[in-house]
Amino acid sequence: MSNHTSVATSTSIIGSSTCVLLIARNAFREAVRDRVLYNLVLFVLLLTAGAIFLGELSAGQETKIIIDLGLSAMLLFGVFIAIFVGVGLVYKEIERRTLYAILAKPIGRGQFLLGKYLGLCLTLLVNVIIMGAGVSLALIYIRRGWDPLAIKIWPAIMLIYFELMIITGVALLFSTFSSPALSALLTFFVFVIGHFSADLKSLSSTSNQVAARLVFRALYYLLPNLTTYSVITPAAHGSSPDMQSIILAVAYTIVYSIVLLAVATLIFSRRNFK
Amino acid sequence: MPVIEINNLTKDYEVGFWRKQKVRALDGLSLTVQPHQIFGFLGANGAGKTTTLKLLMRLIFPTAGSARILDRDISDVSMHARIGYLPESPYFYDYLTAREFLNYCGELFGLDTSVRNARTEELLTRVNLDQKSWDRQLRKFSKGMLQRVGLAQALVNDPEIVFLDEPMSGLDPVGRREVRDLIAALRDEGKTVFMCSHILSDIEVLCDSVAILKGGRVARSGSLEELRAQETNAIEIIATGADSSALKQVLSAKAEVTSTPSGIRIEVADEKDVDSVIAALRKIGGKLVSVQPVRQSLEDLFV
Repeated sequence: MSNHTSVATSTSIIGSSTCVLLIARNAFREAVRDRVLYNLVLFVLLLTAGAIFLGELSAGQETKIIIDLGLSAMLLFGVFIAIFVGVGLVYKEIERRTLYAILAKPIGRGQFLLGKYLGLCLTLLVNVIIMGAGVSLALIYIRRGWDPLAIKIWPAIMLIYFELMIITGVALLFSTFSSPALSALLTFFVFVIGHFSADLKSLSSTSNQVAARLVFRALYYLLPNLTTYSVITPAAHGSSPDMQSIILAVAYTIVYSIVLLAVATLIFSRRNFK
Repeated sequence: MPVIEINNLTKDYEVGFWRKQKVRALDGLSLTVQPHQIFGFLGANGAGKTTTLKLLMRLIFPTAGSARILDRDISDVSMHARIGYLPESPYFYDYLTAREFLNYCGELFGLDTSVRNARTEELLTRVNLDQKSWDRQLRKFSKGMLQRVGLAQALVNDPEIVFLDEPMSGLDPVGRREVRDLIAALRDEGKTVFMCSHILSDIEVLCDSVAILKGGRVARSGSLEELRAQETNAIEIIATGADSSALKQVLSAKAEVTSTPSGIRIEVADEKDVDSVIAALRKIGGKLVSVQPVRQSLEDLFV
């Protein structure tokens, strides 16, 4: 055909990272168009209502409560998105058969999975940044002027985001082999138990039964230690996590996420899409 | 040199709660497809057509056997840059518009922005998708419109081989005709088309060669002409002006006589008996209309 666009010559195998970024961008676009970010409206309403109500309280208490309320809501909204969008990332693609046409293109399954993960992480990042800005603005509004806490809360916000990255990885891992409902339940359990990591450790040494000790020890090492990221209460009291704990949390997030994604890829690469 | 080589491809599905029971969907399938032709992969529902395509696209993994496409093993991801695939009853990201989806597919093949944009418009025009729909989200598309988008995305990279799983499904008669013309044009451009279908008329009109799949095995394969010529020496005689019951009596075991709206159809099993049958027909006042060899329809072979 004479008017045929010359494609054969311009087709090239794109790099792995480009491919992952393209899939991530598309996953982000999906979240935006499926109105995932609408949760921000609810968050802003909650924060506004809180700020108005807190006007009645004595000075000094309102900032503490705004930070506590804002960061807790940020974590809960984020976990809600990480779980419910995360468990659907792969399952929805299989169920709706949208991945058939995509995987028939020169894309590895690992790249696909990593792209989907990063896409949701990007969605959560936007979510967390907007929510964080909302909390900072609320603090400034309450003080009727500049409040250093508006900046001081950001290391804590960063740690919340890292926790959400871990939860997203867990949800993605479960979704590679189980149904969304079961995946959501299991991820929620991991989230809850992950916040009791210290208790698991003490149970693993104090329990009377050997089997129980082994189970608690296995759970302690296997499940993510989410207490690393729990700095909402100190942040509400005006203290920020030190640099060492932040670096530790970043390293822990990276290593744990890599392990989660590696296991998820291993499972996903062997899966038959009937 | 064949562009598709399938050797002893077998697929068992594990079923049941403990997945201990096995159901064989494909049983030692072997076939080759030559370049620049339309290859029809025929079979009833559940014969294993889609399973074969999914194996070739590495959406599922074989229990045994191997396959090569364009002289590369199917596990070679880079080979996928040279092929296109339309899944059965396709579903795409419904939050994207047709234009965005094709653009995205072009990006995954590493096409430059200018080439991608031009290619997107060219393909959407080629599959006759109404221009007003190009910028509408796919969630608002009918099944036929999605099928057209599916065809377009399978051609984004200007592939050497196009795999089409039931390409006519969901299309109205006009749409079927258009898609049929499109598939024929792909062959004229030098591409190889591997097409799964259970619609015999489409295969009969389009395909250069076919393989008929039954119970996960190739029951027959070859060019359409070869297949039709197989196992038939029968001759069909059409006549008028004779009484069919009288003719039946005269011919007895030599031929099968049936009345049709246009006259009497006499099927003579052995070519040697044709002269005697014509003589008997004339004797009872019948008039000869035509004599021709019986050609098996694809349906005869299929059933």
